[in-house]
Amino acid sequence: MEKFIDIVDLEFNYEEADGGRKINILDGVNLEIKKGEFLTILGHNGSGKSTLAKHLNAMLTPTAGDVFVRGINTKDYSRIYDIRSTVGLVFQNPDNQIVASIVEDDVAFGPENLGIAPEAIRARVDDALRAVDMYDCRKEAIYNLSGGQKQRVAIAGIIAMRPSCLVLDEPTAMLDPVGRDEVMRVIKKLNKECGITIVLITHYMDEATDSDRIVVMNEGKIARIGAPLSIFSDVDFLKKCQLSIPQSVELLQKLKAHGVQIPSFVLNEDECVDVLARYFSANAISR
Amino acid sequence: MLSNIALGRFFPGNSLVHRLDPRVKIVIVVVLLVTVFWAGNYLALLTNLAAIFVFMAFAKVSFKNYFKNMKVILFIVVFTSVLNIFYAKGPLLFKIGPVAITKGGFDNSVFVACRLVILILISSLLTFTTSPTDLTDALERILKPLSMFKIKTHELAMMMAIALRFIPTLLEETDKIIDAQKARGADMESGNALKRIKALVPILVPLLVASFRRAFDLALAMECRCYNGGDGRTKMKVLHICSNDVLAIFAVVAVFLLVLWSNFWALAVHL
Repeated sequence: MEKFIDIVDLEFNYEEADGGRKINILDGVNLEIKKGEFLTILGHNGSGKSTLAKHLNAMLTPTAGDVFVRGINTKDYSRIYDIRSTVGLVFQNPDNQIVASIVEDDVAFGPENLGIAPEAIRARVDDALRAVDMYDCRKEAIYNLSGGQKQRVAIAGIIAMRPSCLVLDEPTAMLDPVGRDEVMRVIKKLNKECGITIVLITHYMDEATDSDRIVVMNEGKIARIGAPLSIFSDVDFLKKCQLSIPQSVELLQKLKAHGVQIPSFVLNEDECVDVLARYFSANAISR
Repeated sequence: MLSNIALGRFFPGNSLVHRLDPRVKIVIVVVLLVTVFWAGNYLALLTNLAAIFVFMAFAKVSFKNYFKNMKVILFIVVFTSVLNIFYAKGPLLFKIGPVAITKGGFDNSVFVACRLVILILISSLLTFTTSPTDLTDALERILKPLSMFKIKTHELAMMMAIALRFIPTLLEETDKIIDAQKARGADMESGNALKRIKALVPILVPLLVASFRRAFDLALAMECRCYNGGDGRTKMKVLHICSNDVLAIFAVVAVFLLVLWSNFWALAVHL
């Protein structure tokens, strides 16, 4: 896989308004994001994960160190629109990122800014809406949509610029469980079927299970990078980083602590159920 | 509660009026508005009203929505027409105690009421059948010549589009804040006018703070989507005038002439 986004010794800090004390938000981050991968960034509130996200498309520029997107330094102001149409950023609150009142008009906003010909915009808008399963609602007014639908429109608005990477900053934090499922399904589909690189920032552990790699942030630094299994099985480490442990992992860990012979490497509820079922049938409960 | 207001709302549809070019619609509305003020007698007013009803029938939006809009400004209509009753001289119609109603006053109040109602109908017709994006796009294009005088037409249109987009969102938020303050024991339904106005403060302050936060978020999101002002921007929807638009313009000109003729006809009869 080619080098796609390269973060080198990234530092970001600002000085407090009253005193001269410097606050380090990001403190020496080194990370390479590969093309086509599904990367999840986990971290508790204030760990610097949102600030990191804003560095990926030049919304913020580093105090020290560099961020390269396809070899372009994000400090190069003249290439800023190249970077922003390559790496799209989706925010938490869908209501606050939708500009127009009608679904298709909003999705067209990005391509219109890029100065693309009208027929080409139409094609991009239709493609983007199909990719997020909102094509049937293209003429709807925004205020008639549910939270999950609005967030999918917001994603379509970014997709319509044809970025090769999508950075999502807690896209499901304001949604109900149904909307959360819809949005996660779309994100996974975009990664698998359209080959878009996904950087998902979240504090829901369950959303991280399907990713290729997980980056755990703590106090402005990368605490660990690894596959979901290796991260989730280290309960002590997760606790140290103030992250909640997935329920299924916690259950198996507790069973193990009570002397039950059971593998504790599971990612989601289904696998957990499997493991438990196998355990019960193997130890055919005799009582 | 607040979300019942149909003011400025758009009802998606595919009727003849919906499909008219938004620029033509704006011009038509302006002409109709001028016509309403030109109407000088009952016949002219009736012609005007009939024309609006024809357009409304073509628009295929439920008439209920127009009445909803009407309810919102009913107070203004009643207030101005009552004021106008006393505001003219002429032959005495009847007298209730010290209040004398003259023919001129009566005519005045009926005229003002009718005009206001027609104005509301016309503007409702425009917003019901034109999406905010189309409306602001059209305005931007109509105002384009003004950019010669360094007036930022694109920015104006963008501001309007965003304002229209956030009306329902902010109404929803206001409802939520009202509920939240009620849950904390705020009393908004009793007391005199001054007390009620004071009760609005704990609603308006959080609303203002929240809208600033929204504005900040939106600006960030727009930057992420490569927004860079009006220069070099293209539009997905290309506007072009077709035969229906020409027909509509002819129809409106006909209404205008008819009203003009009615005015003269009345003059001729009086002479």
